[in-house]
Amino acid sequence: MTTFLQQLVNGLSLGSIYALIALGYTMVYGVLRLINFAHGDVYMVGAYVGYYLSRKLQGEEPSIVSALLVMFGSMIVCALLGMLIERLAYRPVRREARLTLLIMAIGVSLFIENVAQLVFGPDPKFFPSLAPRTAFLVGGVRLTSEQITVIAVSLLLMLLLRYFILKTRTGKAMRAVSFSLDASRLMGISTDRIIAVTFALGSALAAAAGVLIGMQIPKIDPLMGIMYGLKAFVAAVLGGIGSIPGAVLGGLLIGISEVMVVGYLSSTYREAIAFGILILVLILRPQGLLGRVQKEKV
Amino acid sequence: MKGFLAAAALVAALFVANGLLAGSLVPGVSISPYFLQVISLAGINIVLAVSLNLINGFTGQFSIGHAGFMAIGAYSSAYLTVTFGERIQAALGFLPAFGRDGVLLLLGLSIAALLAAVAGFFVGVPSLRLRGDYLAIVTLGFGEIIRVFILNIDAVGGARGFSGIPRLANFFWIYLFAAATILVVYRIVHSSFGRTLVAIREDEIAAEAMGVHTTRAKVISFVVSSAMAGVAGGLFAHYLMYIHTNSFTFLKSFEIIIMIVIGGLGSISGSVLGAVLFISLTEGLREFAQYRMILFSLLLIVIMIVRPQGILGHKEFVTFLTRRRRSIGAAPGTTGAN
Repeated sequence: MTTFLQQLVNGLSLGSIYALIALGYTMVYGVLRLINFAHGDVYMVGAYVGYYLSRKLQGEEPSIVSALLVMFGSMIVCALLGMLIERLAYRPVRREARLTLLIMAIGVSLFIENVAQLVFGPDPKFFPSLAPRTAFLVGGVRLTSEQITVIAVSLLLMLLLRYFILKTRTGKAMRAVSFSLDASRLMGISTDRIIAVTFALGSALAAAAGVLIGMQIPKIDPLMGIMYGLKAFVAAVLGGIGSIPGAVLGGLLIGISEVMVVGYLSSTYREAIAFGILILVLILRPQGLLGRVQKEKV
Repeated sequence: MKGFLAAAALVAALFVANGLLAGSLVPGVSISPYFLQVISLAGINIVLAVSLNLINGFTGQFSIGHAGFMAIGAYSSAYLTVTFGERIQAALGFLPAFGRDGVLLLLGLSIAALLAAVAGFFVGVPSLRLRGDYLAIVTLGFGEIIRVFILNIDAVGGARGFSGIPRLANFFWIYLFAAATILVVYRIVHSSFGRTLVAIREDEIAAEAMGVHTTRAKVISFVVSSAMAGVAGGLFAHYLMYIHTNSFTFLKSFEIIIMIVIGGLGSISGSVLGAVLFISLTEGLREFAQYRMILFSLLLIVIMIVRPQGILGHKEFVTFLTRRRRSIGAAPGTTGAN
């Protein structure tokens, strides 16, 4: 039982990371109906920006303040990167066929990965610790301070996002654009601005996930965004693509099932479990757990 | 009869070319082994690009796991020829060496095509039932998963790579299969089934309303495409004699996509052109290896903005030159010549 609880905690903290990335996928899919392949790479850039910022701040003692600075710095840089990608790559082809948009996403993803290999170097880097590391034993379950930070920060960011989307004017506009791009344009919503905001928000969340993963698993490399991006996308599909609570639920489920499979079966299947879940979802419930069936109309 | 003669002429021409290039026909006349290898790999790329174009360009369903099917073909055929190769060759003792190698290669490639097709079926059915971009993400995931699985199978070398594969493929076999791939895809695209595929690409809802069983057509197209990728993998393994899972990463899949996007989605000659251009650029820019993929990804982005249909678009090379309004399935006034 203790082992199970321990795995559950580990799964929750990994799942929070997936959930944060999945939110970006689901929000962009909501407004543009696009699988933003470059999203996983934005997450990778977030981890690297965090890495360089914390190296800059390394003279000081690891403290909450420097950890926060690293997190916010990385989120701001990635929000700008997300808006830049949208402006330069996706906006010019938004009216083209969906295939064009998809190939564009692949091109952007490849571009970021290869530039990152050139700029950051292809070898993995080790993330310096941002906060003093401790561990607590609660009823036999070992909780590390990193895990608590990861879960707490993700929860906080998700609550902020929820507040933003449900209570602010821009959030309302985002929901409208996600419902119908053309209709919201007719209602006087500046759709270009809303799409840019969506990219900024999603990318900032991915950057936060990148810094958090750097704290938890301190090895980062320029291609790390691919697998995490893929699993986070599966999480978004599992929860119901376009649904924000769905992305969180899907992320946590994928994280927990991955940790359970590694813990109870074999680490060989680590990468395969998300894929297996994706196939099952597509066969049994293509709209996802919390998604609604969308009728395709001519 | 005419087709048979053409096929015989092609085989003879390839046979002579193979002898000339390898230097065994006319003593002293040969090209450098490096150049021969580049040409042969270009042939394998042609098989990959033309087959991927069947599903991506003509059917309009985006697959990004072509390297995964290639890996299945490479490893399954290599396993067959390494494990049972000697026994099969001994049983074929009555044939000359060339024939024995050929039969063994064909056996290996059949297994490669079969297994890749089965994998394509199981990947395709769940993802092609749905509309949208699910195939893209499922094939991307599949491509990575299959690689991880192979990496953990010790019988095929695991992380050490699979070595000791007999060199059964050469210029002759590679270009024979390149020609066969082009012929098969050409015949499919110009059949009524090909019209069905193009109809799905242009408008899936309209195609369904016209009575097309869209899922069935998409799955058939995908399975055929996967089988051909398996054949390309088998040729690759038996040409280089050593395979490692690192050759079949998502980057390989992306390379094939770049080839068909450059050449033109929905153009067979475009894919051939793209494959040749790609390998020429890759080899030509060998000194700038680290900038190469940056260049290719930028090329992809720029092409999508400036000319999303690729260099040839939906047109074939001949129609592209003569500027006649005859491209496969191009709606008048949209993609036809202006």
